[in-house]
Amino acid sequence: MTANPSRRLARPYTLVGGRTTARRMPALEAQVTRTAEGVRRLPACRFEAREILLLASEPVSVAELAGRLHVPLGVARVLVADLDGAGLVSVAVGAGDGGPDVAVLERVLEGLRAL
Amino acid sequence: MAPRALPVKIVIAGGFGVGKTTLVGAVSEIVPLRTEAVMTSAGAAVDDVTLVAGKSTTTVAMDFGRITLARDLVLYLFGTPGQERFWFMWDDLARGAIGAVVLADTRRLADCFPAVDYFEHRGLPFVVADNRFDPSVRHPDTAIREALAVSADVPIVGCDARNRESAKAVLIRLVEHALHRRRNGAVIGS
Repeated sequence: MTANPSRRLARPYTLVGGRTTARRMPALEAQVTRTAEGVRRLPACRFEAREILLLASEPVSVAELAGRLHVPLGVARVLVADLDGAGLVSVAVGAGDGGPDVAVLERVLEGLRAL
Repeated sequence: MAPRALPVKIVIAGGFGVGKTTLVGAVSEIVPLRTEAVMTSAGAAVDDVTLVAGKSTTTVAMDFGRITLARDLVLYLFGTPGQERFWFMWDDLARGAIGAVVLADTRRLADCFPAVDYFEHRGLPFVVADNRFDPSVRHPDTAIREALAVSADVPIVGCDARNRESAKAVLIRLVEHALHRRRNGAVIGS
């Protein structure tokens, strides 16, 4: 599956068609999960879209997708945004700009203490 | 359909070679994963390198880890890139974060000044972790506090970035600090 690294860089740009902006640029930690439609369309998908749909059977972050696909973060974000726009994945965002609220912080603290 | 997982994140910052990836690796359930961002030399993110043909770009690497805290709660630890001038990258890392750990090496304390400045300016809760490379050398917290010119409410903790329990304790201290600030009405401004 892993091709020559320098060749891989050409393919994401074919897919995203040379655009730099996408409708919604997901956060690095945003959780990506394939939808039922994504599962249905998987056999027809190729290259990075296919790999994302395969990896996103469970929620996976945009950053992890970039890392595992060996594409730059910006490219992963555009790919995810495109798949989201096409209804093939759902994207769950984290906290807003102000950070998580008290209830979430308490859960994080509890979770860390239990590690 | 997989359950919804709420992602949260903590930024791990500090000078080059101070131990950010080591600390992430000590607590992460996955081996630290490296991602890259392509930036122009001015520090702007590039999503499409075909638009910057002929301009110089830099690839900035960033290591991160993951800790699943509950079925529906996953914590990411994002290490900042070694080069400090890529503030657009830092903005992406810091936006919506719980807070940051600024890992310091007392032999090169000035290396973490930019990180401290950045988080103070952003109003993001942070702790300073003195990575004790030599356990026999212990600088008093007051000396570190003065040298970094951070306010009295910023926690300064010692740690061994290689040690899971020690790294965990740093993260816990940060979340406690963030919680304390939240409860006391602190609002993260940008």
